[in-house]
Amino acid sequence: MSTFIGMPAARGTGDLQGDRPFPQAARAALADRQLRRNLGHATATIRTKRAQVVAEVEDWEQLREAGRQIKAHVMARLPELLEQLEEQVTARGGTVHWARDSTEANRIVADLVKATGSDEVIKVKSMATQEIGLNEYLAAQGIAAFETDLAELIVQLGHDKPSHILVPAIHKNRTEIRDIFLAEMAGVRPDLTDEPAELAEAARAHLRAKFLTAKVAISGANFAIADTGTLGVVESEGNGRMCLTLPDTLITVMGIEKVLPTWRDLEVFLQLLPRSSTGERMNPYTSTWSGVTSGDGPSTFHLVLLDNGRTSALADEVGRAALHCIRCSACLNVCPVYERTGGHAYGSVYPGPIGAVLSPLLTGMTGGHDAPNDSLPYASSLCGACFDACPVKIDIPAMLVRLRTEHVDLAGPRTAEARSMKAMRWMMSSPRRFGLAGRLSRLGRFAVRRGKPIVPLPPPLNGWTQSRDVPVPQGQTFRDWWLDNHGDAR
Amino acid sequence: MNARDEVLGRVREAIGESEELPIERTYHNAGARPAEAAALLELLTARLIDYKATVLRCADSDQAIAAAVTGVLSARSVTRLVVPVGLPEVWLAAEHRQPDDPPLTVGILDRAEGVLTGSAVAIAETGTIVLDASPSCGRRVITLVPDLHIVVVRAADVVPTVPDGVARLDPSRPLTFISGPSATSDIELNRVEGVHGPRQLVVILAG
Repeated sequence: MSTFIGMPAARGTGDLQGDRPFPQAARAALADRQLRRNLGHATATIRTKRAQVVAEVEDWEQLREAGRQIKAHVMARLPELLEQLEEQVTARGGTVHWARDSTEANRIVADLVKATGSDEVIKVKSMATQEIGLNEYLAAQGIAAFETDLAELIVQLGHDKPSHILVPAIHKNRTEIRDIFLAEMAGVRPDLTDEPAELAEAARAHLRAKFLTAKVAISGANFAIADTGTLGVVESEGNGRMCLTLPDTLITVMGIEKVLPTWRDLEVFLQLLPRSSTGERMNPYTSTWSGVTSGDGPSTFHLVLLDNGRTSALADEVGRAALHCIRCSACLNVCPVYERTGGHAYGSVYPGPIGAVLSPLLTGMTGGHDAPNDSLPYASSLCGACFDACPVKIDIPAMLVRLRTEHVDLAGPRTAEARSMKAMRWMMSSPRRFGLAGRLSRLGRFAVRRGKPIVPLPPPLNGWTQSRDVPVPQGQTFRDWWLDNHGDAR
Repeated sequence: MNARDEVLGRVREAIGESEELPIERTYHNAGARPAEAAALLELLTARLIDYKATVLRCADSDQAIAAAVTGVLSARSVTRLVVPVGLPEVWLAAEHRQPDDPPLTVGILDRAEGVLTGSAVAIAETGTIVLDASPSCGRRVITLVPDLHIVVVRAADVVPTVPDGVARLDPSRPLTFISGPSATSDIELNRVEGVHGPRQLVVILAG
């Protein structure tokens, strides 16, 4: 965790930062040709599906604008909405807990599980619990957490890390998934093929008994309605319904930004989310519940409201809108950088364009040259595809630029970039020096061939040439050309 | 300071003196796109089939529904169906009923041949059927554990759009929005039907 001068120390902790900067991590990912094939195939599939179902909706742009306005409205009224949510959930038989950071959230959940006497839990896929590293914490406390979403199961069985917000195992193809199941899934058929339907069937058989006997479930939430105390989970497989219905105790961990003012607001997000995420008109299952219902579902319900750096992001007037994110992952699927590097390169559990802004906003930046989250705002070509795809119109490119500015300010005057800019200012502020520099650049023609320097540029200039071609300087400067052609008009 | 007060304090400090921001709902609101009844049922049918549900159309009467249910039983060689406490009696003869009264255990539900329920609302545009745990829909678990779910949708409960559906529902009840049988997109982002929820969804559309 980093500290940030002049701000309260309320930064996010947990799995929000990798162990090396993006360019280093990306280099390893780019060398993996299988990974690039898998990602290229999966993201192309989902882009086509999304485009088709979005085109069906004639008021799509109006829905996006309403989604943006509702989220902006929520951020401006967040304290009262959270208090209202707490009041409503409590009135309907639930218990609300508050967690300042990942450590506190993990401790609350572990204590709640221990109080039930159970040493295992079933889990619905949840970014919030990924973010706080809940499974690892529970394991250290002697509590086994079983992921039930198919992609999460693939990641868990493969001792892997998630690489996508919606489909954490997007980096694995069907054959690799089959191999993981054969190696790690107890009692699996030895003649399992890599047909997706057969793999889904294997997951069903594997988890069935677990669902029917589990006493405690842990979920995230896609939304919480303040004025009715209603929680909602959007899913596909039915594993969510199993977790939300069968156990005696349900513990839901939710970021504070997920609250919506009224039940009616759901009409917007139930249209935006499925079409943007899985490219479906509607996902197979959405469950909503308000507290506990006698004789139907869990008899005990706990809601853990998580800050973990969100209030720091909220304090940033430009970055605040990153909290509007509904975790659809449309921005990942359209991003040319994500498509090539995959999610692991970003380090944080939030990869892709939204992760490149959300992760540094939650953890803060240090200004350091090698700090992993300081490198994320540069993990973009600023092409803007993410902004166009975002169902709540988060202006990710503008945020990336703002974070780059903040990073440069934090880094101070002694970086190579700051020094070269200073030198540039000196050179460009005198016509004589500028003219001399132009003529000198012609010498560069002898050092460059086919866009690459013959000799690698020395540090710190190689920071530029390792991922970009050096343009060959023209043989004539503009000034010389002007003199030749319009010399008499001077 | 406790965590609650600290988090709320941080939120207040972060947003400062914000004024309430407006929400303009310029999209198609509930009631904005009325559809002719026949067209609505056609659209719902097409959407349900697109997501691999089986759809049977019948007249909007208890007798017609009962005949359709009997047809499903014989076609699938099913003899008994779990039914919620409030299912209309005429829809299924007593010898084919396995009532959820007293509440059936998960083990019994796991061995059940199937379940027959009513529904609260159906949204044509997205092919979505909503169960609201009312007496004819039953407890959530009875439509979750059995592998075959036969659900009756009456024409009067079919609405055109998502806003129309949301407006009709009572959030204080546990709600389940169902759009086709259980499915996953987790393998190479292709949709495959049949994971943990009921793998067969049969919709009897009465109207």
